[in-house]
Amino acid sequence: MLYREAGDFKTSYEEDSQTFPIRFDRLAYHGALVVAFAIVPFFINDYWANAVALPFLIYAIAAIGLNILVGFCGQVSLGTGGFMAVGAYATYKLMTAFPEVNIFFHVLIAGGITALVGMLFGLPSLRIKGFYLAVATLAAQFFLVWLFNRVPWFYNHSASGQISAPERTVIGVPVTGPHTEAWATYLFCLVFLAGSALIARNLTRGATGRKWMAIRDMDIAAEIIGVNPLRAKLSAFAVSSFFIGIAGALFFSVYLGAVEVGEAFGINKSFLVLFMVIIGGLGRIFGSLAGAAFLVLLPVLLKNTLVGTLGWPTDLAAHLEIMIVGALIVIFLVAEPHGLAQLWRITKEKLRLWPFPH
Amino acid sequence: MKKVLVSAVAAALVAGPAAADLVFPDLSYRTGPYAANGIPFSDGYQDYMTLLNERDGGIGGEMIKVIECETGYNTEKGVECYEATKGEGALLYQPLSTGITYQLIPKATADGIPVHSMGYGRTSAKNGEVFHNIFNYPANYWDGASHAITQILNENEGDIADLKIALVYHNSAYGKEPIRTLEELSKKHGYELSLLPVDSPGQEQKSQWLQIRRERPDYVIMWGWGVMNQVAIQEAVNIRYPMDHFIGIWWSGSENDVLPAGEAADGYKALTFHNLGSDYPVYDDLKKYVVDAGKAAGAGDQLGTALYSRGMYAAMLATEAARTAQDMFDTKALTPAQMRDGMENLEMTEAKMAALGLPNFGPEFKVTCSNHGGDGLGAVAQWDAKAREWSLITDYFPADEEVLNPLITADSMAFAEENNITPGCM
Repeated sequence: MLYREAGDFKTSYEEDSQTFPIRFDRLAYHGALVVAFAIVPFFINDYWANAVALPFLIYAIAAIGLNILVGFCGQVSLGTGGFMAVGAYATYKLMTAFPEVNIFFHVLIAGGITALVGMLFGLPSLRIKGFYLAVATLAAQFFLVWLFNRVPWFYNHSASGQISAPERTVIGVPVTGPHTEAWATYLFCLVFLAGSALIARNLTRGATGRKWMAIRDMDIAAEIIGVNPLRAKLSAFAVSSFFIGIAGALFFSVYLGAVEVGEAFGINKSFLVLFMVIIGGLGRIFGSLAGAAFLVLLPVLLKNTLVGTLGWPTDLAAHLEIMIVGALIVIFLVAEPHGLAQLWRITKEKLRLWPFPH
Repeated sequence: MKKVLVSAVAAALVAGPAAADLVFPDLSYRTGPYAANGIPFSDGYQDYMTLLNERDGGIGGEMIKVIECETGYNTEKGVECYEATKGEGALLYQPLSTGITYQLIPKATADGIPVHSMGYGRTSAKNGEVFHNIFNYPANYWDGASHAITQILNENEGDIADLKIALVYHNSAYGKEPIRTLEELSKKHGYELSLLPVDSPGQEQKSQWLQIRRERPDYVIMWGWGVMNQVAIQEAVNIRYPMDHFIGIWWSGSENDVLPAGEAADGYKALTFHNLGSDYPVYDDLKKYVVDAGKAAGAGDQLGTALYSRGMYAAMLATEAARTAQDMFDTKALTPAQMRDGMENLEMTEAKMAALGLPNFGPEFKVTCSNHGGDGLGAVAQWDAKAREWSLITDYFPADEEVLNPLITADSMAFAEENNITPGCM
C-alpha cells in the first residue's frame, strides 16, 4: 500500500538511474535529511550528542570508508584504527601549526593525508590478497600506532603523549574544544557524513565503482576486460582511507577532544569498524549506516535499560551487554549473512507485494 | 508498532532525573583487564558513602546519592558516563583513570564541575591558578617518582650516581607521566634511566623482562595498572629479580597484584600516600552499618585491602570537602561551584581524621587556591607474603619540590597558554 511503483513513470535515463527510483523511498530519504538537518539540532542535548549522535555519525563515516575497500573492492583491511589515527594526528598537527585556517579544511586535508598513507600501505595489495593482505594491513595498524607513540613530534612533545584539540570555530561557532554546543558538533559531523555518503554512493555506481566491483568479483577477468588493477586497487585504498581519515579527524577533534593513540585507535577499533561493515552489509552504503547504528546504539540502549530502568548492578549489565551484543551478531549473521542492508531490501520486496503476495 | 518501539527506545536512552541529594557519580570499572583494581576502589568509595548515609544520615543531614557508571577504563565510555551523570547534579568526578581525567579536564572546567584525581591524572593540575576545577591532592605522579628515587637514595647512602634504574610503564598517558621527572632527577643524581614501555593491557611483557634480565638494572620502578601489575611481578619472579629492588607506584601496590606470584613476591615495595591495613575504628562501623546490613557494594569481600582503603580515603576526602562547603555557605544542598570552593578550602588535620575513625591514616595537608595538590607526602610499603599484608617501612617523606615545582609551573603555563587561561585565583 505504502510502497508502490505503480504510477511512478520514468521518462528519462537520469530518472531511471537515480539512487532512489521509488517515490516512497525518495520521500523517506528527503524526510530523513530534513529531520536530521533542520529538526534534530533544535532538540539535541549534550548527552544525546556525545553519547549517541557523534559516535554514530563518525563511525558511519569510517564504515562507509571501509566498506568501499572491503565491500566494493574486496580488499580485506585490518588497518582502520591506524588510518583513523593518521587522520587524528594530521588534524592535530594542522590545527596547532595553522590555527588561522578553518577546521573544516583541516579535516579535509587530514583525509587527504590519510589517503596518501592508505595508498602506501595499499601497495602490497597488488601482489597479495585475502588473508595475506589482511596481515599486511594489520602490520600498518601496529606500525602506525607505534609511530605515533614513539615519535614525540606527532604529539608536539607533550609530557603525557596525549593530543588535545584546541578550540576552533566554523563561522564563529566553536566545534572543537570544551565550549561547544551540542547542535554545532552534531551538525558539523552530519555535514561530513552526508557528504561522504553522497560521494561514496555516486562513486560506487559510476565507472570507478564498477571497476572496484569487477576486481572484487574476479581480478583476472577484470584485468582481461581492461580494468587496470593497479589503479583500481590503489584508488579504492585512497578513497577508503580518505573517509577513514575524516572519521579519525572528527573522532579526535570533535568527539573526544583528547586522545591517546594506543587506547583510542588500537586494533579493537579496526575490528569494531569491520564488524559494522559486515553486520550492516558488505557493498551497501546503507549497510554502513545501519551497522554503525547497530553497534553504537545497542550497547548504550542495553546499558540504560539494564542499569537505568531495571537498576541492575553495573558489572552484571556490562557483562550481559557483551553477551547480548555478541549473540545478536551471531544470530544476525546466521539469519542473514548479507547483513542488515539485505534484511531491509527483503522487507522492501515484501512491502511492494503486500497485501497480495503470490 | 514502529512508533511504540521508537518511543520505548527514546525512553530507555534517556536516564530519568533525580531528586536533590548530594550526588557523587562513581565512574567505576568492574569489567575488563583493569577490573581487579577497579572493583576494590569502587567498593571502598561506595561503602564509605553508604556508611555516612546509614550512620549519620548523610552529610550535614543531606543524603548522599552515588550513581555508579561502568567505564571499563575506556575513555569513550567515560565520556558517555560523564554526559549521562552530569545532568543529575553531579558534584564531583573521580574517574580513577588518567586517560578519562585528561578527557574531563576541559569538559568539567567548562561545565563548572570539580574533578578530583587523587594520586593520578594530570600532575600540573596541582597549580590551582590554572586548573581552577581540577584537584589532585594529597600526592601526584611526579611526587611518586621523586619518592621512589628518594627511597633508592636512602637505601644507598645518598649516592646513586653509578646505578642503573629501569622504568617499566603502561604505555599510555598514565605511564608516561613520571618520565620527565625521572629524567630531571637523573640529571641531578646521575643515575642512568632506561625506559621499558608495556602496551595496554599488559599481559605480554616477556621482551621487557628479557631486557631487564640482560641489562640487570639495580632498581626497577613500575607504573602499572590492572593485569599489567600481576604479570610484571610474576615476570620479575621468573627472572629472579630481587623483589626488594622493585618499587611500584601506589597503583601497583594492591593485594591483587602480588598474591598471584605467591611467596616469591615477598619483599616487593610499593609507594602509598595513606596508611594501609584494616586496623581502624571506621572498619568496625563499616562492618556494623554496611556489610552486616547487607548494603555493601560489589561482593563485599574487599574490606581492608589497599585499594579498598584508597577508595574509602577518596570518598572521605570528598565528603569532608562537601562538609567544608556546607559550613562555608551555611547550606545543606550544594552546587558544584560550592563543592569546588569547599575542596579548595579543605584542611585535613589529625583531629579530623581521628574523629572520623581513621586516626593517623593519611598525612595532614591543606588545600589552597594556588596549591591543589597538597604537600605531596608519600611513604613506602612492603609486601609480606607470609602474613599476606602490606606494612609501611618508612614515615611520610616529602618529594623533591626543588625539581618538581619548575616542571609543574612550566607544564601548567603551557596549558594556560594553549587554552587562553589567565592564571589567578577565582
